[in-house]
Amino acid sequence: MSEHDTNDVRDVVIKYNDGTSRTTTVVDREVPYPEGKLIVSRTDTKGNITHANQAFVEMSGYMHEELIGQNHYILRHPDMPAVAFSGLWETIQSGKKWHGYVKNLRKDGAYYWVKATVIPNIRKGVVVGYTSVRRKPSRSKISESEALYKTLL
Amino acid sequence: MPLNLTVSPDFAPSHISGWFIFNTWMQRQLGEGIHLELYDSFDAQREDIKAGKYDLVYANPFDASMLVRDLGFKALVRPLAKADETIIATNADSSIRSVEDLDPGCQLYTTDDPDVNRIAMIMLEAADLDESNTQSHTVDSYVIVARNILKGSADAGFFLKDAYDELSDLIRSQMRVLITSEISVVHHTFLVGPKLQERAEEIQKFLIAMSNDAKGKSVLDSMGLQGFEEMTEEETEFMIDLIDTLID
Ligand SMILES: Cc1cc2nc3c(=O)[nH]c(=O)nc-3n(C[C@H](O)[C@H](O)[C@H](O)COP(=O)(O)O)c2cc1C
Repeated sequence: MSEHDTNDVRDVVIKYNDGTSRTTTVVDREVPYPEGKLIVSRTDTKGNITHANQAFVEMSGYMHEELIGQNHYILRHPDMPAVAFSGLWETIQSGKKWHGYVKNLRKDGAYYWVKATVIPNIRKGVVVGYTSVRRKPSRSKISESEALYKTLL
Repeated sequence: MPLNLTVSPDFAPSHISGWFIFNTWMQRQLGEGIHLELYDSFDAQREDIKAGKYDLVYANPFDASMLVRDLGFKALVRPLAKADETIIATNADSSIRSVEDLDPGCQLYTTDDPDVNRIAMIMLEAADLDESNTQSHTVDSYVIVARNILKGSADAGFFLKDAYDELSDLIRSQMRVLITSEISVVHHTFLVGPKLQERAEEIQKFLIAMSNDAKGKSVLDSMGLQGFEEMTEEETEFMIDLIDTLID
């Protein structure tokens, strides 16, 4: 999909903010964003997935049952800088809407780019969770983000 | 004082009489007089809704957000199997095969339907197109959008999928669909205002039961609907949160 894809396969250790980590396989191969669809998920206030739509299931490569209850960081790609996510959490925890371009890691190790918008779910004045809705990003925004994120790693 | 009902202006003209039939049916169920007012313009309708003129609204998803979050309305039901999807189409003879083939400066023809316009602009973002580098022309109906595509004055036009599907075969055969949204969880809702909260449950029940009897079924047919299904408070909140992410 991307002209830079090499299909190289490498094993990486991904460290998460909560102190845990996992070793997984990453493949340099992009899976195209599904036309006309929105990829939707919801989490509790800690980032554990509580809802995933069909497009999310298909793009992530996981089964619905595997996703529910998992922390959203299972999609974390090693090419994403940590500051992108600290910015996300700071923004949504202060009750605001966050927009950003995210490279996501699929279960099979391939990747897909999205433009994500995350908002807090406020019920009777209380934040009960978060919703993320992703749309198809343009190639130019993907290139800009790739260049920027490399400098932040 | 009779109650006031209004319906989002995005239904097909052939269903106008259906909404009047529905209004008569509603009055019998409620045992109260209801005045139905229809609009050509989304903006004019929204102003009157904001001014507190209505007790009952069949609303498009974007207006539902305002009704629930700002005006204290409660969504009771949604139409069965009728999600609001958006189509972007071009002339069948055009060399444009996908939204990415549209260039900055392109001429877009649209109606003033807020959902369709928002979703269509989101689908154009993938081609680096937005309000600043496209020329939008707002016209009165989807038929006029189609006419401008056939004439060649539009590079692309935006349609509510239901409205596109109701265009004649002849018109559709001269257009090419570039993209169709598949969002499936954004749809119209039937809502009641604060004055009617006490009767909300009763109204919800008879709307859900509508497709079970012959009379109700024929009213639904005349509106081009299959029936109504329950919309819980959390489902409504979920849809509104989702729409919120689509508005910048
Ligand atoms: C609603 C919601 C959706 C999220 N979606 C993603 C996602 O698609 N991909 C991703 O890598 N992180 C996503 N995150 C951020 C993760 O929770 C996490 O912060 C991130 O993967 C980095 O992991 P870390 O915080 O352990 O460093 C999301 C968070 C929320 C609240």
